[in-house]
Amino acid sequence: MKRNLTPIILGFLVLAIGSRLSTHFLEWAYLRDSMTLVAELGLIALAMNFVIATGQIDLSVGSNMVLTACLTAKLLNANIPPPVAMAFGVAIGAVLGYVNGFLITFFQAPSFLITVATLAIFRGAAKAMLGPSSLKIPADLVGVDTLTLAGLTVPLWILVVLTLAFSFVINCTVLGRQVIAVGSNPRNALYSGVPVDRTIRIAFTLTGLISGVAAALMLSRLGLARPDLANGAELDIITIVVVGGTLIQGGYANVFGSLFAFILIALLRTAMGVASITAEYQMTIIGALLICVVLAKRINIRIPSQKRATSGNKPS
Amino acid sequence: MKSNSIKLPLALIALSIAIGCGSTKNDTPTSSTSPSASAGTKTKLVFIPKSAGNPYFAQVESGFKSTADQFGIEFSSQAPSSADATSQISVIKDQAQRGEEVIVLAANSPDALNETLDQVTAKGVVVITADADLTGNESHRSVGVLPIDFTTVGPEQVELLGSQINYEGEIAILSATSDAPNQNAWIEGMKKTLAESKYAKMKLVEIVYGDDEPQKSTTECEALLTKHPNLRGLIVPTSVGLAACAQVLSQKEVAPGAKNAKNGGLVLTGLGTPNELRKAVQSGMVAKFQLWDPADIGIVAGYLGTQIKAKKLEAKVGTKFEVPGKGSFEIKDKNIVIAGKLVTFTKDNIEQYKF
Repeated sequence: MKRNLTPIILGFLVLAIGSRLSTHFLEWAYLRDSMTLVAELGLIALAMNFVIATGQIDLSVGSNMVLTACLTAKLLNANIPPPVAMAFGVAIGAVLGYVNGFLITFFQAPSFLITVATLAIFRGAAKAMLGPSSLKIPADLVGVDTLTLAGLTVPLWILVVLTLAFSFVINCTVLGRQVIAVGSNPRNALYSGVPVDRTIRIAFTLTGLISGVAAALMLSRLGLARPDLANGAELDIITIVVVGGTLIQGGYANVFGSLFAFILIALLRTAMGVASITAEYQMTIIGALLICVVLAKRINIRIPSQKRATSGNKPS
Repeated sequence: MKSNSIKLPLALIALSIAIGCGSTKNDTPTSSTSPSASAGTKTKLVFIPKSAGNPYFAQVESGFKSTADQFGIEFSSQAPSSADATSQISVIKDQAQRGEEVIVLAANSPDALNETLDQVTAKGVVVITADADLTGNESHRSVGVLPIDFTTVGPEQVELLGSQINYEGEIAILSATSDAPNQNAWIEGMKKTLAESKYAKMKLVEIVYGDDEPQKSTTECEALLTKHPNLRGLIVPTSVGLAACAQVLSQKEVAPGAKNAKNGGLVLTGLGTPNELRKAVQSGMVAKFQLWDPADIGIVAGYLGTQIKAKKLEAKVGTKFEVPGKGSFEIKDKNIVIAGKLVTFTKDNIEQYKF
């Protein structure tokens, strides 16, 4: 809990300031719906922890989500049963993720380059498929974001469950250890018998798979697929991961931190939105928040930095 | 050390709670003075443009503001952070949560907002689109306010040019991109008008595309001048292209009265915003050009919003209504309302328009 204090404290501050800025802010149903609106980004951020912890980056996630959503919508419109179409969509997401991982490990190329390329390819494919038009999905599949279970919407439940699952995988399984080892020092990992390339491919496949899940949620929320959705989503996602405390250079992942960072950023956006703070100021304030978090991390990490090399997935 | 690192955050959390529990300011100043005001006197209306910092939408806003007191509107506006298809979703939800009763929206997407708009409509918010409609998804808003009847663009532009060249000579059109639906519809209208007997002596020799890029528009315009030395008129129904062509005319000195002008000179006209064409008009390269006044959209949408919210007006095809100071209007097919007409800008009136 202690390493997640920064986003939690800031979260409370946002709640406090937000409730001062507008009387309409502190209302559970509204806050819940506002968070549900961006839950897809949070989901992908959780999975992105694996990629970033291996020292890689995946910039193609937003395009992956859009292409998968467009393909799933095509299948749904071809009268394929919804469960099959959705499962197929998730599988497509995973395959696209695997393609990233394969290209990176096969060519030993920087993930930045490969995923910038696939970012363009995936979105280009979506645009080629649908053109400027959009594709609606059957009405009975629309609105999973408005279904609530014990106070939380379905996308938020998925977010919570996956946080627990991914945190367990990172901290308590062989795969998690291997991910951290690869990110800490790939050469050491290789010499210690860690299947480096395989681990990287698994990380990218997992991120792609979750992008596929996010695509299904986005489809249901908007009721349609368009090739111009989720522009720039990759930046929001990476922001969540980094604010959550995961090291951008790899070797350490904090899945719970990503959840808290997601909540913090969603709350901040909502507080500013309902207070009608202008778009220009909103961007400035989000930027300032990032700097604050980075500074707070610096102060936290400086003291125990020598311990980090030996203590695995625990920088503070 | 350890106890300190826990105490500080705890203190901060306590501080947050203290801030939060303090007396909360009401962010709607008018309703705090008279708690039941929103029901009777003023309608809370918010305008959501396509993006921030666009003078065109500032002009729409000026329409709302100029009539807010008269129509009983408590007006505000909130732009999304980008012009992306879904960027307006959170803005719409936030504004509905603020208690806005009417949302006037220049939609960034014809369909990505459908679910969101249905949700706020279900809460009793009146949704009106302005300038950019939900084409093909009109059922997700109450009415759509469009600036002009776009079928008038073709005939009006041809007449505007014809009246300046005695209705005779070679003319050309420089458009934006070859696949822009509105541009192509306007060009079709121009061709139809040119087929009328009044314009029989005006001969359309070529249509070129500047892709709304200054450089490409300049090149295309120069090529036109070379290929058709006897060109008398040029219609450019897009701001970027019109400004670029004015530049070319000025360099080649072929405008009416200039050094290289042949048989009366080349007359340039088209559609554009006053801000982008101000220089060209002042330098005399463009004598007249047209556009609608976006303020009309704000005035009509504001009036409609208050009336529909108060249930004094039914949002259905065939309803006729009178906007004070603006004349009579009608809700037409697909619940569309036409807010105004093309305005012809000249040296004499361009200074009144700041968009």
